[in-house]
Amino acid sequence: MTAHKALALDLYRQLLRNGYRMAGYNFRQYAIRRTRDGFHANRNLTDKGEIESAIKYAEKELGVLKRQSVISQMYAGEPLVVEHADKNLAKKNEQLHSAV
Amino acid sequence: MTLRLAFRSVGRAMATRTAYPSLARSLATHAPSTETFTASAPEGSLVAKAVEAVQNAPAGDERPIYLDMQATTPTDPRVLDVMLNYYTDMYGNPHSRTHSYGWETDTAVEKAREEIAALIGADPKEIIFTSGATESNNMVIKGIARFYKGRKRHIITTQTEHKCILDSCRYLQDEGFEVTYLPVLSSGLIDMKQLEAAIRPDTALVSIMAVNNEIGVIQPIAEIGALCRSKKVFFHTDAAQAVGKIPIDVNADKIDVMSISGHKLYGPMGIGACYVRRRPRVRLEPIITGGGQERGLRSGTLAAPLVAGFGEAARLCRQEMPYDTAHIKKLSDKLKNGLLAMEHTSLNGDAEHHYPGCVNISFAYVEGESLLMALKDIALSSGSACTSASLEPSYVLRALGADDALAHSSIRFGIGRFTTEAEVDYVLKAVQERVNFLRELSPLWEMVQEGIDLDSIEWSQH
Repeated sequence: MTAHKALALDLYRQLLRNGYRMAGYNFRQYAIRRTRDGFHANRNLTDKGEIESAIKYAEKELGVLKRQSVISQMYAGEPLVVEHADKNLAKKNEQLHSAV
Repeated sequence: MTLRLAFRSVGRAMATRTAYPSLARSLATHAPSTETFTASAPEGSLVAKAVEAVQNAPAGDERPIYLDMQATTPTDPRVLDVMLNYYTDMYGNPHSRTHSYGWETDTAVEKAREEIAALIGADPKEIIFTSGATESNNMVIKGIARFYKGRKRHIITTQTEHKCILDSCRYLQDEGFEVTYLPVLSSGLIDMKQLEAAIRPDTALVSIMAVNNEIGVIQPIAEIGALCRSKKVFFHTDAAQAVGKIPIDVNADKIDVMSISGHKLYGPMGIGACYVRRRPRVRLEPIITGGGQERGLRSGTLAAPLVAGFGEAARLCRQEMPYDTAHIKKLSDKLKNGLLAMEHTSLNGDAEHHYPGCVNISFAYVEGESLLMALKDIALSSGSACTSASLEPSYVLRALGADDALAHSSIRFGIGRFTTEAEVDYVLKAVQERVNFLRELSPLWEMVQEGIDLDSIEWSQH
């Protein structure tokens, strides 16, 4: 049981770390949110088979996230306006109001 | 109501109206637009000035928030991860039977077929891959009508269908078929009694979409399916906006034929599918003939990378549906409630039979195209992408009985798996500020604030 717990925690940390490396804002936020919610939903699993299949799934997802975060950085675009929301909202208002 | 006031308002309304065609043209062509703009907009018009300033503002480095999920959804990285296998190492033709290159891509194609079938409760043999929902719709409408043309000459559809359905039906009218275009109620839903009355002994097909792409209304698919089955008429549904987002079961809903799109469920563009029931068997005349792939209904080599990606997208949709639905519903409620809390705004389409990922709102006394321009930091649309270059008010909204002014002032907000709460907060703030700003410039808004009933004005005719 404790071995599973240690493994799950390690996977959780690695998934989050690689999630933060996703270049696109939306994919990054999703990876973090999905990882947190997924582990939270499974935190009280007691059945050995269920725990093992959840861990196996997380391992597979970690492989995907490791590859895709690297690829996302190779093709990274500009950040989204929402990443500096306050600044961009103020800038836009200024543009509009200075026009009239 | 003094004549002078009415006259002034008409003058200004006219001025703003003439400003929009050049605006839309510039949107459509990305041509430098300042010249055409100043040529048609009178100097000093406040709306013109504001819109011009936004147009000429230096393009910021940051990209807009994507809120146009009905046009297309972002490709899920997990989907791309599967697809890359078939763009790199595994490049065999899935129809090659003589070597392992063919076998491995064939395995991937059949796995994808199983995933798509599982998502809609079908048998894998009933899934035909096509290039997308438009091709599926064409194949079904034209194919079924032509196959049964000896005995059946009538087709029923609705006025709010996607253009590719309506256009295929028009095409069949030229071939001598009769088509009934059912009107919809002001909620966007069809009237089941009207549908029942429209079915004739020579009706070959009823085609009604599951989720509307502009207003997100969910039609009573199971009821329609049961009615069609009892009348022995084939039932086709264009479920491009529904599959992967709301539960669909072809057996429970008694669907005979269904169109699915890959890029609307976080899969790749250029791939789609058509579900064609085997029992009772639906027969159709293929449009594309040749090598006899896909049960002879759609010849041509399958795009294995796209098919594999589509399959993975379908698997993810099935696995993630409860999680995605909860997330989208939460964001949708926040956005909808925030926007409807503003004065003179209304939700288009039925509030109850509604897919939450598509929120279509009318902002009275604001021109939709102007608002879209003022909201350049958000990727939005006033209707379907296919017609976003035209200035015609949406035919879907007009079919609901909305007047032209309200249809012109509507905006569609699309929320999906990757939309964040911070984005919804940004959009709410931005829309509230910009709508108020544009309304301050509008003579109509001024009159509404003065308590003048706009319907009482006799607009002079020119």
